[in-house]
This record gives sequence, structure tokens and C-alpha cells, in this order.
Amino acid sequence: MITLPAKRLSALAIAATFVFAACGSSSASPSAAASTGASAAAASGAPAASGGAPAACVDGSITASGSTALQPLIDAAGKAYVAACPKSTISVQGGGSGTGLTQVSQGAVQLGNSDVTADSKLPADQASALVDHIVARQGWVMVVNSGVTGVTTLTTQQAQDIWSCPAGQTAPKITNWKQVGGPDLPIVLVLRPASSGTRATFKKLVLNGVDECAGQALTEDSNGAVTTAIGQTAGATSVIGFAYYAANSTKVTALGLDGVQGSVDNMANGTYKLQANGHVYSKGQPDGLAKSFLDYLMSTYVQKTLIPANNYGPAPAQ
Amino acid sequence: MTAPAKPLATAKPGLRARLDLPQRVTQLAAAMVIALVALILTFITWRGVQLFLQTATPVWQIFTVLWQPDPTSSRPVNFGLLPFIVGTLEIFIGAAIISAPLSVGLALFMAEVAPNWARRITQPSMEMFVGIPSVVYGFLGLTVLVPFLKDVLGFQFGQSMFAGQLVVAIMILPTITSLAYDAFKTVPAEMRSASLALGTTRWQAIRHVVLPAAASGVVTAIVMGMMRAAGEALAVALVVGGRAFITFDPRQPITTLTLGITADMGNTTPSEPWNMALWTMAAVLLLMSLGFVTIVRRLSGGRQVL
Repeated sequence: MITLPAKRLSALAIAATFVFAACGSSSASPSAAASTGASAAAASGAPAASGGAPAACVDGSITASGSTALQPLIDAAGKAYVAACPKSTISVQGGGSGTGLTQVSQGAVQLGNSDVTADSKLPADQASALVDHIVARQGWVMVVNSGVTGVTTLTTQQAQDIWSCPAGQTAPKITNWKQVGGPDLPIVLVLRPASSGTRATFKKLVLNGVDECAGQALTEDSNGAVTTAIGQTAGATSVIGFAYYAANSTKVTALGLDGVQGSVDNMANGTYKLQANGHVYSKGQPDGLAKSFLDYLMSTYVQKTLIPANNYGPAPAQ
Repeated sequence: MTAPAKPLATAKPGLRARLDLPQRVTQLAAAMVIALVALILTFITWRGVQLFLQTATPVWQIFTVLWQPDPTSSRPVNFGLLPFIVGTLEIFIGAAIISAPLSVGLALFMAEVAPNWARRITQPSMEMFVGIPSVVYGFLGLTVLVPFLKDVLGFQFGQSMFAGQLVVAIMILPTITSLAYDAFKTVPAEMRSASLALGTTRWQAIRHVVLPAAASGVVTAIVMGMMRAAGEALAVALVVGGRAFITFDPRQPITTLTLGITADMGNTTPSEPWNMALWTMAAVLLLMSLGFVTIVRRLSGGRQVL
């Protein structure tokens, strides 16, 4: 029979395997969503090779990491670029906005994707060394479990009363869907982690910077886990990116904000306010493939075809 | 010199070098493992104390209950880690309480009761059990267990302390079972034979001879299982609900140290106190694991008396 020390070693080996499994899967889930986005782009009928070719191919290899909200778009654009320029390699990873900013600042990657500006996350000297490229607008939408019928839109005031906990309060003002015209069903808040760009943007644009009532809520790590929780839990509500809603529109119901439905068109004409810039940072002025790819992101094909097909808005005029 | 030594003395020098090689390799491997462990311990401790060195956070603050790390928050920043520490303890103690009787019973069955053909089935299935990745457990927990707890048992969310305990209990079952099985196997057959020869039933032999003789080995097995439970992140993250408030109600959502680290690691940068607090969490988790290793060593040391 196997002796105890050997077993103990094998237990350690197993533990190590689990650590790697954990790392692998966390980066794998966003890329699964990214491939959905890419296929949506392909389905839109604009073949990458003809209309989508960059002005000039630059050979080489770059890596972009960061925001999982931007990842589907950067991934789709990277694939389209490489399809036209087979000698270049563009690798797109998730990890979160903080990871993207840290890695581009350290020079570990050439491009860092972020939902938030660098100066909000990095010390001033590091942030000033980075150059900001705003490549798109990203939108978020409030979603509810499909059992919540009769509610199609919330006013900003109602959203604040559902989500926020002003100082001294431990529960939100509105805790039941019947208070906003829905069924008699308690509201279950599903939050992203406090550091997530999605949650920070919602708090800033809709809740006026007032904290959510975390004590009454569930917290889920990713857009995918949020969507599953919303689909399963009666009365649940959360906020997810457009791209993730588009992939799950049969499982969850979207709510408008102040009577405006969250859509790429309403984001472009400015009537839908739950939207923010998508940043790609480079360390210093970009050169080589990084510059070529950033130019490509601003090209007519990406801005007019790829971006709407992936449920983003074109970058604001600069 | 005796005759057998002669061939070695007359051998070519190359042979000696070749004989030495395995020893060098194993020495190098051992040195690397020791260096690696020392490096990890130093690194995590160093990063873990940055919160206290670089910010005005007093050490006692991590033993408070409020987790408000967000500098843009409308509430004062406070790095209370107690909800994470309590949650971690609740998960692995609960998991051990659920898992220990099952897995020790299973180990007893495999070691003492099972006919050969049954052992040939149970042992490989235990080993396959170990190979299932934790994300699979988490996914099953989220899609099967969580709706069951909510719809059938009437939990408010389904995501709950109990869901985490149950998922981890299943995950550590093979660990405890195989270690406990080994402990039972080290009990000499003569002791069983002696007991049976005195006219005891099989159960009396197990109850009064095998179990007491293997007791410390079984406890070691349970503690090793609990250690694995404490470090488990992915499966737990999917089913406990991630609410950073202390509760002792198993039907309510909780959070754990590993979950707290993974939730905010990607979206914070090393210069933020928030990120430093995550390293402090890692250091606290490491300290808890070291505590368990100490316990395991004590227990294994005790067993050698037998």
C-alpha cells in the first residue's frame, strides 16, 4: 500500500492542479464570450479580409490585457487584423482593468484595456507615462429575472431607491417590485465586486456616487455568473454589459433607464446615459504593430461595422 | 578490503560520476523546494504587511467587521477582514463535519469490510473523484444545488454557506477517504486476528481495536481535508454568494478569504491600499494554513508511538 508521505505529496500535487485549473478557467470564460462577439461580427456580413483590412500590415506580436467588458471588441478586432495580416500576432487577454493598467505600465503587455482612466488606478508618475486611446463607447443595461413582469423601465430616481444606501440607511427605499409597478416580489440585488468597472460606472452615472446596499445583495464575480444568478433567482436584478446582454437576451429581461431602452443607437445619439468610454492605454506613444492596431481600431471598418456588430458604440470625435 | 569492493575500485572514473548524478539531482530538487517555499512565505508576508507600512491602517483594523475598501465610496474606508476569516472557518469546519463521517465510513468499508471485487471498484472511483476539476464542482453546485436549496428547501437565495459547505464536503471526500484508508491499513493484521480470536464480532474488532489504533491517522486525514477546503476558491466562489457580512445562519450568503482575493485582484493595482489589503488576506490565509500544518505534524508525530 502507498505510504502516508507519498499520499501527502500527491495531495499537494492535486492542490497545485486545482490552482492551475482555477487560473485557466478565469481567463477562459471571457474569451468564450469574446468568440460569440466575433461570430456576431462575422454574421453581420462584412468579411474581414475585404472591407476590414488595415491600411498597411505591420509584422510582429503584441499582447493586450485588461477589461473584460472591452475584451469581446478588442478580441474581434484583433482577429480581423490578423486575418488580413497573417504575419502578425495579436493576443487579447482579460484579467480586469487594474491588471491591464498595471501590466501596460510595467511593460508586460503593449496595450492595456480599461473601463476607467489610468489616473484613478495608478500613482501620478505611472499614469502620466501612459497614453490614452479612447476606441469605443461601452453601454450597460439593467436586467431582471424574467418573472418580473410589468416593469419595462425605471427612472433614475427609482433605480437609486432600489440600489443605493445613503449614509445611516441599511436597506434601500424600494425593496419590492410592486412599488414600481411590478408583481409582489422582493427585489434581490446582484452586485459585481466593488472594484469592477461595471459597478463603478453604474454607481457614478446612476447612483450619483452613493454606495449600493451590499448587506442585502449577492455578489458575483463575472458577467456570466451574474447572468446565471439573475436567470435563476426570482426578483433578481443587476447591471451587465450590452455584449453580455445580447448573448443572454432569452434568459433575462432588460430594463430601460428614464424611458430610454439601452441600445447602440440610443447610446450614439446620447439619450441613453449608462455608457462610458472604453480606453486602450499604451506606454508612451505606440509604435510598430501596436500603433498599426490602434489606427485600425479607429478605422472606418472597425468603428462603423465591427463596433455596432459587437454591441459597442463608436468612439466620440476627438 | 573485501572482495565485493574491488570492482568499484577498479571501475572507470566515469562510472562514479554517473553513480553520483541521481544524488545530485535529488539534492537539487530538495534545495529548490525549500528555496521556493521560503521565497513564497517571504514574498506573501512582505506584500501582506504593506497595508500597515504604506498606509495609516492599524493592524487591529483587519479584525473589525466592516469591509469598505473602495476609496470612491460614500462611506469611510475600512479594511475589516473578519467576515472573510469567519466565512473561511465556517466553510471548512462545516465541510469537515459533513464529510468526515462519510469518508471515514467509506475508508473503513474499503479497508475492513469490502470483498475484493468491491474494493476494485471503490478505489479507482475514489481516484477519479480526485481528478475532477473544482470548476466542475462549482458549476454543478450553481446549476443543480443552488436552485434545489432555493426551490425545495426554501432558502432565500440558494447561494449560501450551506451550499459552499456541501460542495467542499464532496470535494474533500476523496482526500479524507484515501488518507484514512491508509491509516486503517497500517493497523497490523495480528491485532485484528487477536481480537477476533478472543471471540469479538467484526464490528467489535473495528470499534475497539482498529479505530483506536488508527485514530490519530484518521484525524490527520480529516485535517488534511480541511486544509484543502480552506484554500479552495473556485467552487466556493460560485455558490456562497459573496456577501461580506458575518452570519451564522447556514442559509445566508457568506464570503471567504479566497473569494475576497479573486473578486478584486484583477481590478485593483498594486499601488492601491485596496490591493494591499488583498495581499493581507493572502497572508492571513497562509497563516491559517501554517497553523493546520503544525496541527497535522503534531498528530502524525503522535501516531508513530503506536
